[in-house]
Amino acid sequence: MDQPEPNLATSTQLPKAAALQDTPPQDEVYAPAGSPVFDAQGVSIYYGSFRAVTDVSLTVYENEITAFIGPSGCGKTTVLRTLNRMNDLIPGARVEGGVHYRGASLYGTGVSPIAVRRRIGMVFQKPNPFPKSIYDNVAYGPRINGERNKAKLNEIVERSLRQAALWDEVKDRLSKSGLGLSGGQAQRLCIARTLAVEPDVVLMDEPCSALDPIATGRIEDLMHEIKSRYTIVIVTHNMQQATRVSDRTAFYSVLRDEKSDTRTGVLVEYGRTRQIFEDPRDSRTQAYVTGRVG
Amino acid sequence: MAVAAEQPQVDLREPAGWRRTKNQIVTIAMVTAFVILLIPLGFVLYTVIAKGASAISWSFLTGGPIPPNVLPAGVGGMGPAVLGTIEITALAAVMAVPLGVLGAIYINEYGGRGPLAQVVRFMADVMTGVPSIVMGLFIFSIWVLHFGYSGLAGALALGCLMLPVVIRSSEEMLKLVPDSLREASYALGATKSRVTLTVVLPAAIGGIVSGALLAVARAAGETAPLLFTILTVTAANTNVFSGANTALSTQIFANATQPYLGAQSRAWGAALTLIAIAFILMIAARLVTGRFTRYSR
Repeated sequence: MDQPEPNLATSTQLPKAAALQDTPPQDEVYAPAGSPVFDAQGVSIYYGSFRAVTDVSLTVYENEITAFIGPSGCGKTTVLRTLNRMNDLIPGARVEGGVHYRGASLYGTGVSPIAVRRRIGMVFQKPNPFPKSIYDNVAYGPRINGERNKAKLNEIVERSLRQAALWDEVKDRLSKSGLGLSGGQAQRLCIARTLAVEPDVVLMDEPCSALDPIATGRIEDLMHEIKSRYTIVIVTHNMQQATRVSDRTAFYSVLRDEKSDTRTGVLVEYGRTRQIFEDPRDSRTQAYVTGRVG
Repeated sequence: MAVAAEQPQVDLREPAGWRRTKNQIVTIAMVTAFVILLIPLGFVLYTVIAKGASAISWSFLTGGPIPPNVLPAGVGGMGPAVLGTIEITALAAVMAVPLGVLGAIYINEYGGRGPLAQVVRFMADVMTGVPSIVMGLFIFSIWVLHFGYSGLAGALALGCLMLPVVIRSSEEMLKLVPDSLREASYALGATKSRVTLTVVLPAAIGGIVSGALLAVARAAGETAPLLFTILTVTAANTNVFSGANTALSTQIFANATQPYLGAQSRAWGAALTLIAIAFILMIAARLVTGRFTRYSR
């Protein structure tokens, strides 16, 4: 669990993963990476005795959008939920290996999942507004953090809804139920709710899978707009979405063991999104991104 | 158009046959069952209203004391019994509803599949199956024998009957709250108690309240547990905590078993009053549920 401060140059342990971590040579065209936000080293995640994910190592950088792609059951959501300790809520879930958030171990002794989640927010696959008014949905986070000042709350609600590009659509019905919104609006409400606590990182678990292309486009635009202030990690099934929004892409796959008839998720390749899609180093990545498999 | 005209006619009508017949048979069976179900309900309501309505008056509902059996109808009133029923049922609800809801929260939110939660759940099921007269005897032996008859003793017996119903109905309501709402709250950095208080309970409160009110309405009509616990006197007792008390249900029992017409008329009147109280509680349950769920649509 306790690992020394992450060092990018030595962060690869497996020969297979040797090519994954370092940046490709043509990297000069990109802006230099910000400081690392997450650093996972040799992470394996178990549900009971089932090893859902095996030996994942990757680094997520500040103010970037990092996409997790891969076929169903490859563990991308599991890895995402490890980053803000949401897996703690699942009985029997267990993490091995080191996960560091800005240098602090997420699974170290004395770490409060509550404190972790206040910094690392999450948007879920299915829009899940509370059965409360639109206003109370957005004000929920600030309120549980002790904000009681009406004027301050009003300001936070308006700012968050504006950031989520929802303000103009709902400003006249803030007291109406959050459940009365359309799917795309509800998801943007959930994003506004997450932004209202001013997190450092926003994790998104297939946030557009239940939305039509127009609502999806809105949310993608929104991600681009907020990325200067937040670090975003997004799980997506949609490879076009990954190419449209993300700076880096991690491709996960399922590794089957024929002998013991078990399967587990592995990180196959991680790098700049363009490199992953245009010049994948691993044949499995190539097969997936070109649509031959998956 | 010409091409379409040459195509054979597609028949989309319901084909006659066994499937259709089966549908008709089952429909008729369901309607019949519904009508049969309504017969006893309608008959009970009709009888109670027909025989009880003439007894009802303002002085019957509020006046007292309850007259001796031999006196004719129209003398005195059931006021003490109405007061006793309200006192005892309210006290029982005050004791059982919060405890039951807290128990349900423990079982569903905190205990999970742990041993204590399993034990509480199992005990609640066992308690549901305890006959109400046994619950009355239980309170008689542990309370009345030491402290005497009182409204409190009756409330304890009724509370013991309500508790498992409140626990299980509240638990079912809490189970219906989707985990996605809990996760959304946790993801904002909420503690478990916050999640429970600000998301889970508000989302389930409509169902919890209506379940609790149904349990209260049920308990208000219980007779057996009160027989050994309140003594069923004829004078009003505003102190629910001490002294013998009285209730509508036990007055129905006491009066209906008499050969005197006046007593029987009072029993019918009390029965109608009790049904009315239960009915009012049901309507309250509906209104409360509607009020609490205004954001869930």
